[in-house]
Order: sequence, then structure tokens, then C-alpha cells
Amino acid sequence: MTAKLTALAAAMLAAASVAGARAAEPKHGGILHIYHRETPPSLSIHEEATFSVNVPAMGIFNNLVIYDQHVPQNSLQTIRPELATSWEWSKDNLSLTFKLRHGVTWHDGKPFSAKDVKCTFDLLQDKASDKFRKNPRKDWYANVADVTINGDDEVTFHLRRPQPSLLAMLASGYTPIYPCHVSPAQMRTHPIGTGPFKFVEMKQNESIKLVRNENYWKKGLPYLDGIEYTIIRNRATAVLAFVAGKVDVTFPTEMTKALIADIKKQDPTAICEIKPINVNTNLIVNRDSPPFNDPQLRRAMALALDRKAFIDIILQGEGDIGGTLLPPPEGVWGMPPDILKTVSGYGDVNKDREEARAIMKKLGYGPDKPLKIKVSTRNLATYRDPAVVLIDQLKQIYIDGELEPVESSAWFAKVARKDYTVGLNLTGNGIDDPDQAFYENYACTSERNYTHYCNKDLEKLFDAQSAETDLAKRKKLVWEIDKKLQEDVARPILFHARTGTCWKPYVKNLTIMSNSAYNGYRFEDIWLDK
Amino acid sequence: MGTYLVRRFALMLLTLFGISVLIFVMLRMVPGNIADILFDAAGMIDVSEKAKLEHELGLDKPIVVQYVEWIGGLARGDLGYSYVSEKPALDEIAPRIPITAKLAGLALAFSIVFGVPLGVLSAVKQNSTLDYILRVVSLSGLSMPAFWLGLLILMVFVSSFGSIPIYTDPPKGFWNTLWLYSVPAAAVGFRSSALVMRLTRSSMLEVLRQDYIRTARAKGAAEWMVNYRHALRNALLPVVTVIGIEAAFLMGGLIVTETVFNIPGVARFLVEAIRWRDYPIVQNLVMFIAAVAVTVNFLIDLLYAVLDPRIRYAS
Repeated sequence: MTAKLTALAAAMLAAASVAGARAAEPKHGGILHIYHRETPPSLSIHEEATFSVNVPAMGIFNNLVIYDQHVPQNSLQTIRPELATSWEWSKDNLSLTFKLRHGVTWHDGKPFSAKDVKCTFDLLQDKASDKFRKNPRKDWYANVADVTINGDDEVTFHLRRPQPSLLAMLASGYTPIYPCHVSPAQMRTHPIGTGPFKFVEMKQNESIKLVRNENYWKKGLPYLDGIEYTIIRNRATAVLAFVAGKVDVTFPTEMTKALIADIKKQDPTAICEIKPINVNTNLIVNRDSPPFNDPQLRRAMALALDRKAFIDIILQGEGDIGGTLLPPPEGVWGMPPDILKTVSGYGDVNKDREEARAIMKKLGYGPDKPLKIKVSTRNLATYRDPAVVLIDQLKQIYIDGELEPVESSAWFAKVARKDYTVGLNLTGNGIDDPDQAFYENYACTSERNYTHYCNKDLEKLFDAQSAETDLAKRKKLVWEIDKKLQEDVARPILFHARTGTCWKPYVKNLTIMSNSAYNGYRFEDIWLDK
Repeated sequence: MGTYLVRRFALMLLTLFGISVLIFVMLRMVPGNIADILFDAAGMIDVSEKAKLEHELGLDKPIVVQYVEWIGGLARGDLGYSYVSEKPALDEIAPRIPITAKLAGLALAFSIVFGVPLGVLSAVKQNSTLDYILRVVSLSGLSMPAFWLGLLILMVFVSSFGSIPIYTDPPKGFWNTLWLYSVPAAAVGFRSSALVMRLTRSSMLEVLRQDYIRTARAKGAAEWMVNYRHALRNALLPVVTVIGIEAAFLMGGLIVTETVFNIPGVARFLVEAIRWRDYPIVQNLVMFIAAVAVTVNFLIDLLYAVLDPRIRYAS
């Protein structure tokens, strides 16, 4: 009897597990509804620099290689082939050759070939007769001397010096392959890709619609019939729309801790994740403007910072303390805690502030003679709020700051012409990679080097780490550079923010990346279990 | 009357010309242009690329030349191209006008249907319980901010019915359209109807104390006849003025309601266009809203003559 019961139970268990497996089998069909926080300037990824574009547009395109869409931490180890079937470095690490996939067609039916890859990189390097209206990531490919093709199915990148990170940049959501036969102007208004979804329409303030690419080269994919992004500018309305089931997924990384608590209260079935987005908030000081040309004064300012207070006040505890690169465990390259605590200004806040006050007194400032400054920042809440906390913290060392909110559109122009003394800025990183972070923000000639920090010796180290193929050795170099940048008060990092995304439980296979907000939106194997 | 109409029409054109100069100059006084915004979004300024873009869009031309080109195009029906979408400005603006017109029309209907009769009732029943209730309701309508009321309505819908009456797709069919627009229209109309009601009440109270009303009553006219035929018609003049102003306001002033209910109408589009410094959209849209406001005012002036025979427009 017992044996019979056991057998019956086993049979029932097996049946249940088969049913479970069936339930977990992907289903075709359905439209995924996501709310979008704004109308993107265009859907031409190469011309834009906000993930407001990447989120809806990544599904239209393919890259040569792509970060594994289901491994949250992007790294060199998680890069997978896409339009390329394989890649190989030359022995001297100066050329990278990709074998390309056969039988891939563009959404307009024309065949994809190596020429398209060359065209894309000619555009990015300003070598083509056609030009992008703006080309924000031209510098990513500064080390690429040339891109050559060998027939229709092979393409080689020739480098000036070895650069393992080239592969990381090629795997970013920012690096889709564009068709030769479509102009940059048309790519802005009606993008053509090889990706799982075809562009249907974008109506300003209304919606962006994508439909399933029936001829997608990955047979059987995508599962969805389409994706519709409803543009909802008001976040309160967007949250209510999600709770009411009008949208299935919130706009990635848009939810704060407080909003998630509100959502979970109204819809306990909602799945929400809070993760770093690799955007840091930092202090910028015009080092050419007296008295800030004195390194001692800049050091005192860095010592006044209480990073934990920023995180507690601004992000309700959802943030990380780190240097230029996103700290571990989510960040691949950030300084580990044991090194971070040895960096000047990252230790005991009270002790650091004592030291800062002593420096300030030596420079002639004190409680009765504070240094009066303006703290400039963009007139957006994400900038203004930490700037107010910064002003409060600087008061501790006799610096009397006044907030100067700058009209958003005038912000970068103002910073670029050095029309500021002290400011607060946000820096987003497209990929978690030292090359992107160092060259873009700290190289002497970079357009995004807002403080004009210039250290030629450190630049040599930028090149050394960039060319280093041994991962462990490279990490040590990266930490050394990052530590030096913080101690030189190049651009003191205040905090790395964490934000959230929510989705309904019937949305399957959605993975939110944990060290970048720009790379995880191909959505080819997302399916709806309803 | 004919001379008056011609004079009023000429004044309308002059007003529109003044507005065109004003909006053109003011837009260019605001810091930054589309090139700044586009590069700002990229977190960088490439001076040469920015200059190239400004040249392509004609932003480097003298301001007078830019104005003449715009007005010339407007006169020919060529509104130019949106800097952001790179589509003809007319194609971007035209589909949004009926959306806002429907919302504004429904809101206005709501305010008249509720505002005028309740205002009369409140005046006729002055200092009664009903009057006090109506006055409190109307005061709350004027006091509640539109965004707060809108969000409150949405929260009630979500928690009570599990659905949300916001615009995600163009509505299909009459009833669907009516449903989609009626909730935000009620939110807007609540404030407008409160305004109309209070004005109708005070205007009615003033008229009801006039000698000719007493005369009408003395002659034995029925109470409804006194209130609606003799009093209301004369009390309506200021109310009609306010309704006209409201109608013009609703065409371009629904930014909060359009944002909360996610309606892709004119006002929200205008604010977005200003954010992008999309001059062709902003200039033409403002001109359209101004034209509506001026026309409505003109029609109200004409309506005065219909409502009050004492008003005659001499040449």
C-alpha cells in the first residue's frame, strides 16, 4: 500500500513537473507594453547619448557582438557573438577579425554584409561622405586606425596599439551596425536594422511602436508580436498606469525606493529590482579659477564630503560609495573596499573634516571669514538635490555656498567655457570599462573633461592599462589610476546611484543589467505568460 | 456694424502680428537653442559640429531674416520642419488640434451645463442650505489644483475599478472617445464650472434686484419666466465673457491635465517643443493658439449684440 502511494505521489509529482515545465515554455505572441519617460530626440543610437534612446531602439538593431542579455553583470567574459559568428585577435593584438553571419537581411529586405560594418565605422570615425548630425562616441574608436573587409563575410579592425576594451565597446548597446544604403538622416526618422523588431512609428509625446521581424535571423525569435512604448511624462501617472496593468514594465531604472514601496503596496505581485546604473554624481571644481587653483583648497573640499549622508538623504540608502569606476560587487573594475578605505577622503568623516578645517584656516578662512562661492548645477532635481546637500557639507569647512541653478540646455556650454567655479554634475557610463571612463572624462583633450584636469603621467598609465591583456594586472593598474584621480581631486565622486525597475510577473526572461543602464534591451526572447 | 467688423478684423491682424514678433523675439531670448539641447543630451559640446547644425537649420542667419522667412512661409502655408522629428511642422501640429479641441469642448460643455443652472439656482435660493452647499462646492472647485484633482481621480479609478482612464492609444468609436475624454474634461470642467457658477450667481443676484425684475413680478409673470427670461438673459453678459476667455484658455492652457491624463494634445506638445527649442513648432503653435483666442474674443463681441439689444456698434 505504501509503495503504491509512493508511486502515485511520484507520478503526480512527475506530472506536475511536466506541467510546470510546459508553463515555463516560452509562448509566442502578445504586445509588451512599456512606459517611456520622454520622447527620445531620435532612434538613431549612434547620434544620441541617453538610454531613453537605447531602451526602445536596441530591439531594432544588432551588434557584431553583444553582452549576454541574461547575465546582469556586463564584462569581457559575458560578450557573445551576434552579427559576427566568431572573433579572433592577431598575435600582436593589433587586429581583431570578425567572421560574419550569412543570410542576415535588413528590415527592408536588402542583405547584410561586411560593407555595412565598414560603413558604420566610417561614419563613427567621420571618414564617410555622409555625416552624423552629432557623433558623441567618436572618441571610443580613436585607437582604430582602419576597418577593412575581406569579402562579404569578414571584417578586421586594425588598431594603433592593443586595446582589449574595443570588444567591450563593440558589445555595448551603443554600437549597433547600420546599413550602408540608408542615410543617417533617415536613420533618425525611420531606422532600419537587422534586429528582432521593426520600427513602425514614433509619435512625439505619444508612443513608439515596434513590430516583430518575421525574417529575424534567429529562427523562432522574437517571441513577442511587438513592443509598444507609451510616452508618459508624469511619473505619478506612469506608476498608476503600471499598477492598473496598462503597462507591463516600468521604464528601466526610473523607480525610486519610495515608489517601489508604493507599487508593492498596491500590487504585491509586481517584481521590482533595484540595481546600480553606473551613473555617478560628482563635484567639479574649476582649477583655473582662483582661489580654486590652489590644490590645498581643492583637497579641503574633497575632505569635507560625507558620502554616506548623500546616499541616505538623496537615495534613501540605495547607493554606493566608490571612485570613478562602479564599485564591486556589481562593478567589475571599481576599487575593492580595502583599497577604497586607504584613499584620502574616504575614511573617518570627522577626522577628515578636522584636517579640512585646518587647511582652510591655513589659507586664511574661518568661521568669521568664510569663503563665499556659487555652486552651479543643472536645474533638474537629480542635480539640484545633491547640490543642496553639498552646500550644507561645505559649510562645515567655512565655505559658504549659494546654489546657482543653470537652465538645463545651457549647462554643458557653461561648463565647457569654464564659466563656473564649483559645480555638481552627473556622469553616466555607457559601459563598465576603464577605457571609456578614463579617456572620456580625464584625458587632457577630452570634450567631457569638465574640470580640465590634466596629468600626462597618468595618461601614460591610461594607455598602459588599456593595452594590458592580463586581466589581473590591468585591474591593479586601474585601481592605481582611480586612487590617484580621487587623491588629485580630479572630479571627486560623491556617490553611485541605484534605481529600480518593476514588471508584472507574466513578463518572462527580462533581465536588468547591474552595471550599466545602456546595454540590456534587445528583448528578443522576452515572452508573456498570459 | 460693417465698419465695426472691418475695424475689429484689422485689429485682430495687428494683434496677431504683435504676437508673432513677441514670440519670435522671446524664443530667441531664452538661453540655448536646439543645437545646445541636442549636444547637452550628449553631455558634450563639439563647437564645429554645433556650428554645422546651426548653419543647417538656418539659426546662424540674422534674426530679421529668420523672421521674414518664417512669416513668409506661414503666409504660404509652409510651416517649416520640426527640428526634433524632422517632419513637416504642420504634420506634427495638425493631429493634436482635434485632441485638445475635443477635450476643451467637453470641458467647456461641462462648465456651462453645470455652471449656469447651478449659478441661477444658487442665486434664486440665496442663503438657503442648497446655496451654501453649492457655494462650498464651487469654492473647492476653484481651490483644488488641477494636477492634484487629476491624480486623485486617477487614484480612485485604479483603487476602485482597477483601471486607469489615460490616453495610451487613439480611441476608437464615439463612446470610447467620449469615455476617454470625459474624465479629464470633468476634472478641468469642475474648476471652470465653479467659476461660471459663481459668476452667474453674483450676476443674477445683481440683476434680480433691478427695478424691471420687480416690475415683471408685479405684472404677475411666473417665477421661472422672471428668472430665466428676464433676469438670466441680462445676467449672462459677464458670464459669456468669462466662458469665451475660458474657451481660449482651454485651447492652450491644459498642460497639467494633458500631462496627468497623458493626453497628447496641443499644450503638452507646446511645452515639449519649448523644452527642445523647436522654433518652428513653438512659433506656429503659439500663433494658432493666439488666433483662436483672438477669434473667440471677436465672436464674443458679436454675441453681446445678440444678447443685449441696447448694445449697438456704431460706425
